[in-house]
Amino acid sequence: MTTQTQSLYRWKDDPVLTVEHLSMRFGGLLAINDLSFEVGRGDITALIGPNGAGKTTVFNCVTGFYKPTEGRIVARHGKGAQTEAVDHATRTGKRWHKSGEGAVFLLERMPDHEISQKAKVARTFQNIRLFGGMTVLENLLVAQHNTLMVASGYTVGGILGLPSFKKAEKAAIKKAVYWLEHVGLVDRADDAAGDLPYGDQRRLEIARAMCLDPQVLCLDEPAAGLNPRESADLNMFLRYIRDTHGTSILLIEHDMGVVMEISDHVVVLDYGVKISDGDAAAVKNDPKVIAAYLGVDDEAEIDVPEVRQDLSGAKGVPHE
Amino acid sequence: MEYFVQQLINGLTLGSIYGLIAIGYTMVYGIIGMINFAHGDVFMIGAFISLAVFLVLTTVFGVTFLPIVLFLALVVSMLFTSFWGWTIERLAYRPLRGSFRLAPLITAIGMSIVLQNFVQVTQGARVKPLPPQIQGGVELMSGSVDGTTINAQLSYMQMIIIGTTFVLMVAFSLLISRTSLGRSQRACEQDRKMASLLGVNVDRTISLTFIMGAALAAVAGLMFMLLYGVIDFYIGFLAGVKAFTAAVLGGIGSLPGAMLGGLLIGLIEVFWSAYFTVEYKDVAAFSILAIVLIFMPSGLLGKPEIEKV
Repeated sequence: MTTQTQSLYRWKDDPVLTVEHLSMRFGGLLAINDLSFEVGRGDITALIGPNGAGKTTVFNCVTGFYKPTEGRIVARHGKGAQTEAVDHATRTGKRWHKSGEGAVFLLERMPDHEISQKAKVARTFQNIRLFGGMTVLENLLVAQHNTLMVASGYTVGGILGLPSFKKAEKAAIKKAVYWLEHVGLVDRADDAAGDLPYGDQRRLEIARAMCLDPQVLCLDEPAAGLNPRESADLNMFLRYIRDTHGTSILLIEHDMGVVMEISDHVVVLDYGVKISDGDAAAVKNDPKVIAAYLGVDDEAEIDVPEVRQDLSGAKGVPHE
Repeated sequence: MEYFVQQLINGLTLGSIYGLIAIGYTMVYGIIGMINFAHGDVFMIGAFISLAVFLVLTTVFGVTFLPIVLFLALVVSMLFTSFWGWTIERLAYRPLRGSFRLAPLITAIGMSIVLQNFVQVTQGARVKPLPPQIQGGVELMSGSVDGTTINAQLSYMQMIIIGTTFVLMVAFSLLISRTSLGRSQRACEQDRKMASLLGVNVDRTISLTFIMGAALAAVAGLMFMLLYGVIDFYIGFLAGVKAFTAAVLGGIGSLPGAMLGGLLIGLIEVFWSAYFTVEYKDVAAFSILAIVLIFMPSGLLGKPEIEKV
């Protein structure tokens, strides 16, 4: 743990992202109902819950995919809750406000391209969304589009081959290669992204999100369809991202093994309502969670070793 | 032989103009998956503005140095058509982007009618002539058939048209494959929402695509005006249909395909007129389109469409 404070709930003291009274309604369906939670700076926060609990909807609201029906979503650069800056931005109707400690961003007011570029919140998808027809390297360069556009004088300098643009492009490629090395895909930089095997595509998607230099990285089921070894590698990679780049991670995950192992903080949703919030150990023993999410603990229910073997093996099968 | 070479040159010249217009169709289709039906009229506007600038410069200001006049005419008409390209996107496409697919098609046809009638009302319905400006050429070969001499000549005008088209084609291919703008355009083609989540301003990228296509249409407009010497408010329609055909023939969405399709349509038209009958040249061009599409539904260089599940 890099940032350890005295408070019992450190995510309340230094939240990088807060979701406040969020509601999302689709016609008659209330997918999220008055949901509030914090994501601590430098924490790995897991958002869990049974299927249809509204986890992905929360992600879609945070990253500007949906405009929430109600509520406020604040991303913060710099230490602390920065309450005055948040209030000021809310009152004045601005999308963001610079404060002494850094800056605050009201995500529900921002279009999605600003959320990734300005507020530095990046995400991946449950069903991988790479640009399949472009090369692996190009996928990572698209994520650095804005830096390159500015450096190339909005393309004019790029056509003329100005030195400043060449330098920026070199830096962009260097950053891309850095992340490719960490996901073990340098050799495949010039292959079409769509031709990579499933597990590689998952890691490439995370690498691409990291090329945005995010403050918060939102991962939608990063371990889905990975075999146990790949899933262990992924845990190490996520820890590496958090420890060396200080990126806070918010992830949706079904694999309770992964969640309990790497999460500093777990938020449990059920039917769009938060039913538990705390560190992994506290959530695990919360009777409400056991009742709603785990139901009867399925591992305990199956006592025949062969069946258990089959079940854990089945986790490695990729699904569409 | 001389006759054949001469027709080949004529065909390439005409094909270059079609190709330049076709790029506008294919780029817009690539990025938003829809045909910009007002694109032919942007080409027409380009021709009119070039003519206006040309006449103002030569008669009012008395500028006689032709390269300067042509250059200024080109720049001004590119600026104007870019503005029109941007306007078409803003008015006919962006407000309807979330709507059903046919809606922007209808607004684009509306835009096309507006532009045609606007020019007809302000400029009159009669053809506008321009005396030939660039004359002379290089004689490639000469021979006689049945006692009459036939020369194959590459005129300076044709050289300019083919040369400019070639340079623009190379520049555009580099722009799409090498620059960050081109990369973001390709990203938007594949997954607009994801590109947006990666910080690409999709609205701006789509606007720029319309602007780039419109600027190329202005180049084609100027060339058309210089080559034929007459323009009217209706030239955009037929040229637009031909260029659209070229884009489909080459594989819509593919940049080299648009150019190849343009050249083919130009060659087919010219050769058909030269060896068979002029009246049936359009029939020939469209028949070949139909035949190609039967055997290669995604065009000559187009990628087969993969349905996303």
